[in-house]
Parts: sequence; C-alpha cells; structure tokens
Amino acid sequence: MALLSIQNLEVSFGLRDGPVKALQNINLELNRGDRVGIVGESGAGKSVLGFSILNLIAKPGFISNGKVLFEGEDLVHASQKRLRQIRGDRISMIFQDPMMTLNPVLTIGDQMVECLHAHKKISKKDAREVALQKLQLVQIPSPEKRLDQYPHELSGGMRQRIVIAIALIMDPDLIVADEPTTALDVTIQAEIMELLLNLCEQHNVALILVTHDLGVVAQVTERTVVMYAGRVIEQGPTDEIIKAPQHPYTQGLMNALPQNCLPGQLLNQIPGSMPNLQNIPQGCAFNPRCEFVKESCLKERPDLQSTATHDVACFKVHPERSELLSTGNGSDVKERA
Amino acid sequence: MLAFFIRRFMQAIIVMFVISVVGFAIQDNLGDPLREMVGQVVTEAEREVLRDEMGLNDPFFVQYTRFIGNALQGDLGTSYFFKKPTLDVIFAKLPATLELVLGATLIVVLVSVPVGVYAAIRPQSWFSKCAMAFSTVGISIPVFLTGIGLIYVFSVELGWMPSYGRGETEQVWGSWRTGLTTADGLLHLILPSITLSSLMLPLFIRLIRAEMSEVLQSEYVKFALAKGLNPMRIYFLHALKNTMLPVITVGGVQIGTMLAYTILTETVFQWPGMGFLFLEAVNRVDTPLIVSYVIVVGAIFVITNTLVDLIYGLVNPTVKLAGKSA
Repeated sequence: MALLSIQNLEVSFGLRDGPVKALQNINLELNRGDRVGIVGESGAGKSVLGFSILNLIAKPGFISNGKVLFEGEDLVHASQKRLRQIRGDRISMIFQDPMMTLNPVLTIGDQMVECLHAHKKISKKDAREVALQKLQLVQIPSPEKRLDQYPHELSGGMRQRIVIAIALIMDPDLIVADEPTTALDVTIQAEIMELLLNLCEQHNVALILVTHDLGVVAQVTERTVVMYAGRVIEQGPTDEIIKAPQHPYTQGLMNALPQNCLPGQLLNQIPGSMPNLQNIPQGCAFNPRCEFVKESCLKERPDLQSTATHDVACFKVHPERSELLSTGNGSDVKERA
Repeated sequence: MLAFFIRRFMQAIIVMFVISVVGFAIQDNLGDPLREMVGQVVTEAEREVLRDEMGLNDPFFVQYTRFIGNALQGDLGTSYFFKKPTLDVIFAKLPATLELVLGATLIVVLVSVPVGVYAAIRPQSWFSKCAMAFSTVGISIPVFLTGIGLIYVFSVELGWMPSYGRGETEQVWGSWRTGLTTADGLLHLILPSITLSSLMLPLFIRLIRAEMSEVLQSEYVKFALAKGLNPMRIYFLHALKNTMLPVITVGGVQIGTMLAYTILTETVFQWPGMGFLFLEAVNRVDTPLIVSYVIVVGAIFVITNTLVDLIYGLVNPTVKLAGKSA
C-alpha cells in the first residue's frame, strides 16, 4: 500500500463572491522514503496542497472533494482527535519562516518535549534526552545549552534546524516541508537542504518539498510536480523534467534560471503573471502567457496525459488530443483521462 | 537587575518631584482653609495673624522648600480637620481602598481572561456576540451610574446586598482593619467591586479578544497545530502567554486608573477609603491632606508600574531587565 495517496483532491475557499477552487483534480502517490518536489509560482496552490495533507487549511479554505489516504486511512474525514494523533507523530511539517514558526515566549526545550508528551507516555527526563539526541542529529552546536534558550537567542539557520529537529522528534513517516529555505540566506539554504536530504535518506522518511526553487528540487527530490493555477500541469521523474521539460510553462521556468542565460544577456522570463483564481481563463489556464497557443487551447482545458517519460497537460505535447476534441469526440477522451 | 532598580528609582524620584510640585502648586487655588477652620466670629485681622503663623503668606518657593524638607523626613503635613499627620489619616483609610481595588482587579482578571479567550476562539458563537455587545454598552456607562443602578436593583428592590459601608471589619495587623475575613465584610465588598470593575472589564475583554485573535493567526500557533498538540495547550499556553504581553502593559496603567476611580465608587457606596477621604478633604479645603493624597496616589502609581515592568520581564524572554542601556 502506498504511504500517501492523494486522490482527486479539490480545495475551495469560501469567499464573499462565492467559493473559489484553489486546488483541482490533484493526484499524487508516495511510498516510504520517496521524495517529491512541488513547484510553481506564488499562488499556484502548492502551499495549500502541503497544508491540505494534514487537513490544516485555515478558514475560509476547506477540502471540498477528494481523498487524502495515509496508509489507506482517509484524513479528509478523520476526526480532530485522530488528526491530532497523526500530526507531529506520523506526518510532520516544516514551515517557511523559522523566525515565525517557534513560539517566542517558550524555550526550545519546552517546544520540543511538548510534542513528545502529546504523542506518547514518556518521563520528563527521557523526553529531554530524546530532544537532546534530535538536536545532535540536526548538528546544532552545544545542544545542551539550546534546550533552555529562547528562539530569539538563535540565528535563522539555527532555528530552522530546531524546527527540523521538532519535525523529526517522533520519527515520522512523512515530512511536508513548505518552502523550508526561502527565508534563509543562500549559504544557509544549501546547508539546511543538505541536512534535510541526509536525514530523510538515513531514516527512510518520505518528503514532500514545496518550493519555487528548481535548483533545490533538482538537488533533493526524485519526482517533481509542477503546478499552475491550482492544477498539476506536469509531473514525473525530476531528472526528466529538469532535462527535458515538456509543458511550455515548465520550459519557461527552466529558461528563467540564471545559469541558462549567457553573461551580459537579459534574464529570460515568462511574460505576464499567474491568473487570479477567481478569474481563470477558459481553456488552458496558461494560454494568455503561452507562445505556442492555438485555437484549441482557448476552448478546452488539456488533461494530464502520459508521454514516454512523464505526464503533461498540454495540447502542444499531445496534438492528437486537440484534434479529437475538435472533431467532437470529447466525451470519449474524457473517459480515457 | 540591580541596574534596573537603580534606574527605576531615579525615574521614580523625578516623577515624585514633579507630582509634588504640581500638587503643591494647586493648593492655593482650592479655596481658603481658614474659612473652614475658624468660625465667622473671627475678625479679618485675627485671620491674617493666623495665616502668618501657619506660613500661608510666605512666597510659594519658601512654602515649597519647607514642605519638601519635612516631606523628606516623612512628614507630609498635618491635616487641618483631623489635627493629625496626613499620612496617618491616609494610611488609616488605605486598607479599605486597596481591598476595593483588589476585589475589582480579581473580577477583571477572572472574567476578562476566559471571556476574551473564548470570544477569540469562537467569534461566531452567540455568547461571544453577547459579550462583545455587553462590553460596548459597559464601556459607555459612567461608573457612578453603574453603582447607583446596582444599589437600586440589589439593595433597594431585591434587598440582597448592603448598599453602603464596609460592614464588619477585623483588626489584622497594626492599624490594618480588613473586611476580607468576615462574611459581612465580603458581602459589603461585592457591589463596590463590581462597580469599580465595570469600566475596566469591557476594556480588557475587548483587548484580550483582539490580541488573542491576532495571535491565533500566527505561524507558531499553526505549527503547534501541526505538532498535534492538544488545543487547550495551544490556547492557554502558546497563545495566551503571547496575548498577555500587551495586556500586562495596559493592565499596569489601568490599576492606577482604577485607584483614581475609587473616588467615584467610594462616594456612591460611602466606602470609608482614600477616595472618599479625598473628596471630604476637598470640601473642607484641607490642603495638606489633598496634597498628601496626590503624592501617595502618585507613589502607588510608580510602584505598580515598576512591578508590572518586572512581571513583563519575567513573561517576555526577549526583554532583559539588565539591558545594555543600564
């Protein structure tokens, strides 16, 4: 059985003008030890996806359809009590900004051991011992001292190590990391990513890495999911997606990397910006920004279809699908999808 | 820590000096103390002699220097009416006022924290909406009206509560007479405490609710949820501790304000405390007593604020009392 299986997930936000779908038709499967990257621009829905796994979407957002199966157990309809048991124990999270993630008025030690006490019977002394071990695991200098310190006494990189130590404290099966290095400076970013990768490998922990940094995805993950306007537009092995992206949007992202430009040249960029979720264009959501746009792209939305190497949702990659649609066999195609 | 106290002490001296100047300066404008002290049979010439004897005709600076000189030796003057040192008169009334402030503070803390927290956690519930509506009404009703209303309902109509005085009191320590140890004394304390708290309670409910709802949106609360903690621990440890930081700051100032509002409450309930004494002193143009009251209340303000800063330093780890500025 897959460790995590997200099936047809749909997340909506109840806004004043009616509900807006922030995520649609998301399917994702993870086995023990898998590492998957979720990439996209701001607003693509990647963080919402991360939070929806633990059913932690803040109001007015809610999961409006689909399933999140963790070892076969549906977390969407699980009780709050059951969710609390899983959160921090089997699945834990790492947040974006370590400056904001730790409570400023509680000591590091308190914030570590409380997670242990919440999930199992353990004496105070043993809990402190476990906390100490985890701090050593994330290579914090003089860990003993850190337990009695407050977050403001530590640097950003150090705090993110603490957050990782808290995420690991119950030896989880899965870690959802929501842009764990975005708020850190570049040298620290690499260290933290390296640490996270090593720990996941050593302890056979599956990782979902939400990020907009393709370099990080290439470094850490085996599979990549590219999101645009709340949908998956391309997914497959990270190597393939980095080497030969198929969707014009992914190609644009790859071209935008500074190392893909000649010195002295302007950086490449994708013109325009991601559509507002309340105002997604008809057909392919990417069509206003796409240089290969065709008539069919304006009318129908392409579904995710497999190619030789991975899955892409684009008529340019699957021209036969747009022909089918134009000859009126759309219903037949939908069944196949 | 020592540096903090020394710095605080210097500040307190400056504050007390300013208060004494202001307090002393206003006494000339309060009326003629002789009119109250002597009858109408005393002639103007005799009054003039008396004024000279009492030093009331000396220049302000001379009077003030004399006053400060005595004050530094613990003598703030002699009450014209009671013919006793003003500090003795005030300290005899201090327990009554402090007990009243204590009662009101207890009500504010015990009611505002749970109500404010609940209103932040469940903003849509009917209880939260009622509490918010009540707090808007409560904040706009003057204290003396609340007091008179309570007396009307609970003393006059229902006859459940005494309407005035402290009731039975007991000598506990030195000249300290308390009403807290007798049932009758406690019963007398209820209505005045509610009245005195009526202004602060709505303010604190609103303050705690607003702070708490903001804290509940924070990343560290979300992270605490993601750790699978019990919601009670998240609300009452993670969130409340952060919520209380601004509340403590406001609370320190408000305890002083509450002390000032005892004048109204004590008058309505004929409560034999400092505020009631002060109002009597004003009526009798008992200037040494008025000035002493102002100085004593000023000192209490300074002390409570220092204590609050200490507590704040204990709750908020990012504040170091022995900071670099010391």
